[in-house]
Amino acid sequence: MGEKKSFWKHLKAWVDGEEVILDADKYIVSRSVKEKKNWGGRYSMENIKGNKKLYGFLSVAISVLFIGIMLSVVNDLPEFGNPSNPANNEVMERYLESGIEETGAINFVAGMILDYRAFDTFGESNVLFLAVMCVVLLLKKDKNNYSEKEEAENWEDDYFDENEKRPILKVGGKLLAPLIILYGIYVILNGHLSPGGGFSGGTIIGAGLILYASAYGQKKMQTFFTFRTFTLICVACLLTYCACKSYSFFTGANHVGYEIPKGIPGNILSSGFILPLNICVGLIVACTMYGFYALFTKGDI
Amino acid sequence: MNHLGTNFYEAVSVILFGIGFMNLLLQNNLIKKFIGLNIMDTAVYLFLAAKGYIWGRVAPILTDGIVDASYYVNPIPAGLVLTGIVVSVSVTAFSLALVQRLYMHYGTLNMDEIMKISREEEGE
Repeated sequence: MGEKKSFWKHLKAWVDGEEVILDADKYIVSRSVKEKKNWGGRYSMENIKGNKKLYGFLSVAISVLFIGIMLSVVNDLPEFGNPSNPANNEVMERYLESGIEETGAINFVAGMILDYRAFDTFGESNVLFLAVMCVVLLLKKDKNNYSEKEEAENWEDDYFDENEKRPILKVGGKLLAPLIILYGIYVILNGHLSPGGGFSGGTIIGAGLILYASAYGQKKMQTFFTFRTFTLICVACLLTYCACKSYSFFTGANHVGYEIPKGIPGNILSSGFILPLNICVGLIVACTMYGFYALFTKGDI
Repeated sequence: MNHLGTNFYEAVSVILFGIGFMNLLLQNNLIKKFIGLNIMDTAVYLFLAAKGYIWGRVAPILTDGIVDASYYVNPIPAGLVLTGIVVSVSVTAFSLALVQRLYMHYGTLNMDEIMKISREEEGE
């Protein structure tokens, strides 16, 4: 009976939002009693951390022991480069032998990560998007977490970006940034034909954007790349990816029979959905890389 | 079973992992700690790439129209390494953002000093 009563009491407190302070007095008493117990005596964690020499010796000893154990495991691993290793099994044979028919991609790795394991890559893009959103949450400046000193520093930076000469950086940025971005686009568009793809090409485009931003300053960058375009590109690419893969999984699983034409392997317009998916991933990665740079330097995209 | 002489890529990756771990334990500066974490990530990529290699075979990109599994190396570790790189970049960026906030609040990157100041602020 008592248990039931306390349950209702807790439920009522939870609905009212007072659950935390219900047993607060009891909790404080129990906490102050517990605090004085020191189980380790003179070998407690704080003593070890306080003693610099002992801590260093123990860290090195643990790491060396770890390396020793792992080396003994490596000693028992199958031989390096042997074709009959257990890692080289029928999954790899399937990917290599029927990969061209089923995905139409010359690059087997692109066919693997964007067709057979496309949901994995979708998760990766979401991880990148989540990471950049977390950085925005932590570092984007607004009225509450922005002191006058930082504002003065930012103003100074903008002033130097506009008025300082820096001829090598500015001319280099002007000449190199378009070439770097063009090369990144080439790597993305040839992702299914040659080494490369969305992730590497997107990183190259991001490097070009960062070079341009570091030469000409954030203000000039904001004429064509604001926070609004950033979110728009990222969300649109993620939704396109989701729609493409939902379509192919739905039709494939239900045997509807309408397939995307694979094209001739080797042409640039071939291999079904791999090219648009590569473009989506590349745009997300480029935006993310530039977003990290902008947020870490100025706290604003 | 005695392959330590032939498995030196794996052995080097294990040693790198241990160096990164030691860095993580011994450094007091938070940014150096995350450099240690990145060394550990790199060791894992080296291990996976070494597991995928097969002697005398070429990269998994169709060459001369040969569709034969015994001509190419294993493509699966390449995909795994790609996943690992993306996750490591995300984790590094997130943790560095946290470090920047910590520096703004405490004015130091030293782990011990941050702990000391936070204890004083709590009033113990």
